[in-house]
Amino acid sequence: MLQVVCIKQVADTETRVRVAADGKTLDPSGVTWIMNPYDEFALEQALRIREAAGAGEVVVVSLGGAGLQTTLRNALAMGADRAIHLKTDAVQPDPLQVARALAAAIRPLDPHIVWCGKQAVDDDAAQVGPMTAEMLDLPCVTVVAAIELQGGTAVVEREIEGGREVVEVTLPALLAADKGLNEPRYASLKGIMAAKKKPIAEAAAELGAPALEPVSLALPAARAPGRVVGQGAAAVPELVRLLRHEAKVI
Amino acid sequence: MPILVFIEQREGAVRAVSRETLGEATRLAAAPGEAGSGPVVGVCCAASDPGLAALGETGAAEVLLATHASFAHYEPTGYTRAIVAAVEQVKPAALLFPASAMGRDLAPRVAARLGVGLAADCTALAVEGGRLIATRPVFAGKAQQRVAFTGTPAVASLRPKVFAPVSGGNGGPAKVTPLAFAAPEALKARVREVKATTAGKVDLTEAEIIVSGGRGLQGPEHFDIVESLAAALGATVGASRAVVDAGWRPHGDQVGQTGKTVSPKLYVAVAISGAIQHLAGMSSSRCIVAINKDADAPIFRVADYGIVGDAFEVVPALTEAVRALNAQR
Repeated sequence: MLQVVCIKQVADTETRVRVAADGKTLDPSGVTWIMNPYDEFALEQALRIREAAGAGEVVVVSLGGAGLQTTLRNALAMGADRAIHLKTDAVQPDPLQVARALAAAIRPLDPHIVWCGKQAVDDDAAQVGPMTAEMLDLPCVTVVAAIELQGGTAVVEREIEGGREVVEVTLPALLAADKGLNEPRYASLKGIMAAKKKPIAEAAAELGAPALEPVSLALPAARAPGRVVGQGAAAVPELVRLLRHEAKVI
Repeated sequence: MPILVFIEQREGAVRAVSRETLGEATRLAAAPGEAGSGPVVGVCCAASDPGLAALGETGAAEVLLATHASFAHYEPTGYTRAIVAAVEQVKPAALLFPASAMGRDLAPRVAARLGVGLAADCTALAVEGGRLIATRPVFAGKAQQRVAFTGTPAVASLRPKVFAPVSGGNGGPAKVTPLAFAAPEALKARVREVKATTAGKVDLTEAEIIVSGGRGLQGPEHFDIVESLAAALGATVGASRAVVDAGWRPHGDQVGQTGKTVSPKLYVAVAISGAIQHLAGMSSSRCIVAINKDADAPIFRVADYGIVGDAFEVVPALTEAVRALNAQR
């Protein structure tokens, strides 16, 4: 059983966002790059499925420039068998472009399950998974918080407003992982050593024409400085008065 | 050109986010000389009509209704086909979805099928120089991106609780028209059941008031003070990442980057220091209250009102005060 895990390299969540000179993209200077946290849940689940089956292959696929290698090696160190690096110099390809490139790379692999994170924590688009599924003509379930494999079917739970949908999906399928699906492992020293010998195939990313055109990236307006109403429980009556009569929110 | 709006229904009822999305479509359509000035048309997928004529009040001139037995629950393959059929019929300038759990799953599939771009989870739409420009928070709200579209229709999903519905609308009922579409033969994904995890509670992304607790509460057993305050305020309970990672609260409660981005009218942060990931996810709240014993905690820099003090004293006192206020009403 072959599983593909789509991963993205993103700025660490501790990053203080600064805008690059083009006024449209993140200033990459000083940024620590990590694997998108949601993709770690996806990769972990693929590894667990392979381990439970005692056979199979986990292939990670990602797009990016030369700097992507560290994230790919990290995925291999966690336990993926091999990686495909879709090379591009595009700083910010849009989700449709990324899905197009991923679909082209994934199609010949004929995977049983395609995994991705529910969204990347940089652009928060949450689009690449379902778009890739549509292009591959695969069923897709997003925001997957639990999974049980039953032969050629997966029973998964996805979070919706106020509840969880229990979805039965025929494999092959694309699944987008949410936090809470599992607890991702850290790469072991042995894994890190082994990763150095694992293959990373390279191919040009087939992005096609952009569907979105970035106009600007800006920091939100800073909130007006607030005030400390007081100390301890004694300040509660004044807080309630302010919430009721000044902010008018209760 | 018309604007097409996906009307989300669940269990036979149109969801409030659909009226918010219709509201923004109506404003775009009414602005003079704009790319999208034309009728606002809805498209709804349902097992039977969930009362669509009433959407005339909130701005829809017409609603195309795609019915199928499998549409009792959300089903992306059939929904996608129906919406693509509606796009081919209506030829809209823009196609809008609510950025709800359903909309965020569905809109990318429809956009991919149409081969056009999607701006997800937008907080503003505007027409500038004849082009639709979408504003959307990125990095969980640490920055705002503005994007334009290279194809037609422009597809956008709109964040819940940001856009206001209109009232009065067309002054009459919407025309409900059956939509012809090719239904899928066999479903590859189907909803077996929907488990209510927060019965009777409003989801964080749609809540008017949120009370969140952080690590300063020292243990999951102390969340009762947060829950009592939330109950008094009619609020939904949230949590910081530290608390979720420690297993005190389910992941669905997490506010911030790698959790939910929220913008309620009132956000009360209890014993939350205010890590950058948390601040990103709640800084767009209309009014923020912080209760923390550390006067230097970063949360006070974004809070409109702060109380420096022990949460175990302040929060119960606040709960009592809110209850007293409720009793007067």
